[in-house]
Amino acid sequence: MIKQLWSNNSGRFLAIVILLVIIFAGAGQDFFTSKNLINVVRVTSMNSLIAFGMTFVIITGGIDLSVGSLVAVSGTYCAAAIMMTGNFWAGMLVGVLIATLLGLVNGAIISYTPIPPFIVTLAMMQSARGLAYLYSQGKPIRLPNEFGTYGNGALRGVIPYPIIIMLIAMALLSVLLYRTRYGRSLYAVGGNIDAARYSGIKVKRTILSAYLISGILAGINGVIWSSRLYSGQPTQGANFEVDAIAAAIVGGVSMTGGVGTIFGTFVGALIMQLLTSGLNFMNVPFYFQYIFKGIVIVSAVFVDLNRHNISMLLNNLLARGKPKTAPEP
Amino acid sequence: MNESSADVILRMSGIKKSFASVEVLHGVDFTLKRGEIHALIGENGAGKSTLIKCLGGIIRADEGTVQIDGQPAQIGGIEDAERYGISIIHQELSLVSHMTVAENIYLGHMPLKRGFIDNRAMEKNARVILDAVGLEKIAVSRECGELTVAQQQMVEIARALAAKTRIIVMDEPTASLTEREAERLFEIARRYRGEGISIIYISHKLEEIFKIADNITVLRDGWSVGAKKPSEVTYDGLVSMMVGREYTGHYPRSGYTGGEEALRVENFSSPKMFQNIGFTVHKGEVLGFYGLIGSGRTEVMRGIFGIDENASGEIYVGGKRVVISNPGDAIASGIALSPESRKEHGLILEQTVSFNVMLTVLKKFIKGISIDENYERQTLSAYIERLKIKLKSVFQPVKSLSGGNQQKIVLAKWLAASPDVLILDEPTRGIDVGAKHEIYQLITELARQGMAIVFISSELPEIMGLSDNIVVFHEGRQTGFVTRDKIHEATILRYAMGEVR
Repeated sequence: MIKQLWSNNSGRFLAIVILLVIIFAGAGQDFFTSKNLINVVRVTSMNSLIAFGMTFVIITGGIDLSVGSLVAVSGTYCAAAIMMTGNFWAGMLVGVLIATLLGLVNGAIISYTPIPPFIVTLAMMQSARGLAYLYSQGKPIRLPNEFGTYGNGALRGVIPYPIIIMLIAMALLSVLLYRTRYGRSLYAVGGNIDAARYSGIKVKRTILSAYLISGILAGINGVIWSSRLYSGQPTQGANFEVDAIAAAIVGGVSMTGGVGTIFGTFVGALIMQLLTSGLNFMNVPFYFQYIFKGIVIVSAVFVDLNRHNISMLLNNLLARGKPKTAPEP
Repeated sequence: MNESSADVILRMSGIKKSFASVEVLHGVDFTLKRGEIHALIGENGAGKSTLIKCLGGIIRADEGTVQIDGQPAQIGGIEDAERYGISIIHQELSLVSHMTVAENIYLGHMPLKRGFIDNRAMEKNARVILDAVGLEKIAVSRECGELTVAQQQMVEIARALAAKTRIIVMDEPTASLTEREAERLFEIARRYRGEGISIIYISHKLEEIFKIADNITVLRDGWSVGAKKPSEVTYDGLVSMMVGREYTGHYPRSGYTGGEEALRVENFSSPKMFQNIGFTVHKGEVLGFYGLIGSGRTEVMRGIFGIDENASGEIYVGGKRVVISNPGDAIASGIALSPESRKEHGLILEQTVSFNVMLTVLKKFIKGISIDENYERQTLSAYIERLKIKLKSVFQPVKSLSGGNQQKIVLAKWLAASPDVLILDEPTRGIDVGAKHEIYQLITELARQGMAIVFISSELPEIMGLSDNIVVFHEGRQTGFVTRDKIHEATILRYAMGEVR
C-alpha cells in the first residue's frame, strides 16, 4: 500500500501538498482564508501555464530559457497593438502571435542546426528582452482599466479567469500528450532520439513543435500579465524560466528527457507556490525563501534519482519474513 | 580439490547475494590460481556480473567468504579491491576521452613531486607500460578519445598493470574488436599469465574460451555448476552446462529454393562510406552480409533505411522503384531494420515494453485521440508469445529485462510492423547461447513464411549456418557473392580481407 502510493506519482505529490498544508497550519489562520488559497491557486495557474510549455520542451530532452523574455515581448506588443488599434482582441492576438513566432525561431534553430538548446534559448532570452525594450523604450505601456478584467476578474466573481485558462490548457495539453501519436513521439524523442528516428518518427519536427508550444503558452501568459498589470511591462517575466523549470522538476519531469506529466508539473508549481505563500505567512524573510527554494529543487531531484533505491528499501521492509522467490528470468 | 593451496590466489566460497529479496547468487564457489586465465561463463542473468561486482567491491555479498593468498579478505568497497590488486575492465570502457593516455593510466594515483603532478615521471612510466602492452606507436600525450576501441582497451589493461594488479577481470573484452585485434589481446593476456598475473575472462564467445582459457567455471541461475579444463569438455557439452539441458548446435534451415524478388538495390553509394553496392534478396531467402567491423555493412543498411542522407542509388521493393528519404518512408515501403546496437538505436530503455513495441505501428494504434487498446493487447500478446519473451507485465520498463529479452523486444517491435523485408544487423551480439538459438529459429521460421531477410553478422559460423546466399564486404566495397552450395570459410574470409573475386 505504502509502496503503491509511492510509485504512483500523483499520490506522492498529493502527500507532499498535504504535508505542506499541515506544516503551514502553524503559520496561523490567515493562511487558510479562502482569499489566500484562491490567490495561491491563481498564481500557481499563471506559473503552470509556462511550466507546461517547459514540460513539453524538457520531455524532448531540451530546455527553454527564453520563456520569461517571451512573456515580456508578448505583454509589450499586446499593449502596443491595443493602443494602436483600440481593439483588445487584436492586441491579445498580436501578443500571442509574436511569442509563437519567436518560439518557432527557437525550435527551428535547435532542430536544424547542431547548436544546443541551452545556448539557443539563452540567446533568445537576450534578444527577446531587447525586442521588448526596443518598442517601449524601456517604459511601461499603460492600458485602459477595462482591459484589466481578463487578468484580475473572476467567473461569477468566484473563479479567477487565469485559473480557467490554465484548466483548459491543462486538459488540452494532457490529451495531446497522452492520447495522440504526437505525444508518443515527444516521449520517444526525449527517451532516445536515435531509437525514435529508427522507428520512423519525424524527430526534427517533433523537437521544433515543443518550442513552438512553449512560445504559445508564454505568449498567452504575457497577455494575461499585461491585463493583470493594466500595462505592457518590458521588465516583466524575469526569472520566470527558473520557476517553470523548478515546477517541472519538482513535478517529476526528468531533466534527461522522456519522462514527465502535465499534472505532475501542475502539482510541482502548486508545491512551490504553497511554499512561498506559507513562508510569507510565517514571516520568513524574503531572501531566505530563495535559499529554501534552492534546497527544495535539489531535494526533489535527489529523491527522483533515488526513487528506485528508496522503493527497494520499502519493499525489503515490507517483504521481511516472506520466503525468497526464484530469480527473474 | 587437489591443487596445492599455495597456487591459489583467490578463493570465493558460498557467495550469496540478493536484490530486493530476490536471491541471484545462491552460494557460488570460485577458485582462481596464480598465473592462469580462468573463463567465467554462463547465460545472461546467471550471476557472472554480480559475482564480479562482489569481487570488485562495487556491491557487497550478503554471505560467503573471500580468501586472497589464503588469508581471509574483506572487500567492502572499490578501494579494498584495489588494495588487494584486483582490477576490473568493464565492457563499457571507462577512460576519460579528453585526457591523455598517460593521465588515464595514472588516474587516481598520479605520481607527485612537491605536491604537484610529476608529469615527466608519469609519462616516462606510462611509456614503459604502453610498450609492454604493444602500443609502441601510441604517444603518451595523445588524447584517449582519438584512439580506436581496441587501443583504448589496451590502455585499460595498461592502467590495471600500472596499479600493480594481480587479478585482472576482463568483461567481454573482444565484443567490439576485430579478429586480429582479439588475437593481439590474447597474446598479451598469455604473456601476463606467464608473469604470474591471474585473469578472469568473461565471454559469450565459446570459441575464444577454448582458445585461451586454462580453466572454465560455468554459472547457471546463480549456482556454480562446474569447473572444467577446456580439454575435458566439448563445445556442445559446455553449452549444455550453461543452459541446463542437452544442446546440439545445429542451425535450423528454411529449405529456401527460390522466390519472388523482394528487395533490389542498385548502384548504391555514399561518399566515404560505400561504393556501388548492388544486391537482391528474395521472398523466403536469408541473405547473409559478412564483413569485418567497419567494412560498411551497417552503413549500407542505414542508407537503405533513409538514415544516411548522403546515400544515393536505386531501391526496388517488390519490383517497384521506391524513394526513401527517411525511416518513415522505408517502413511504409515494407522494410524494417533492427539496428546493431539495441541500447543506442533500438530501444527507449526508460519506457515500457508496450511503448517500445507499439512505436512502429502508431498509425494503426492511435487514431486522432482514440487509442485502440484491443489492437495493443493483441499485437503484444502475439509477438511476446511467438518470441517467448519472459515478462512480468507489458508495462514494465524495458531496462529491467535481460539482454536477450531486450533483443527480442527489438525484434517484436519490427515484426509488429509486418514488413516484407527484415534487415537484422547483428541480432545475436552480446546475448547468450540459448537466446541466440531461439533467434536462429525465428529467422528460419520467418523466411519459411515468405519474409525476405537480410542477416548481418561478424560471426562466421552463424552466417555460414543460416544464410542461403552471402554478400561479403571489405572497406565499403562488395568484394564477393557466395551461393549456398559454394559456402566455404576460406573463400568468405578471402573476400572479407579484400580479395575481389
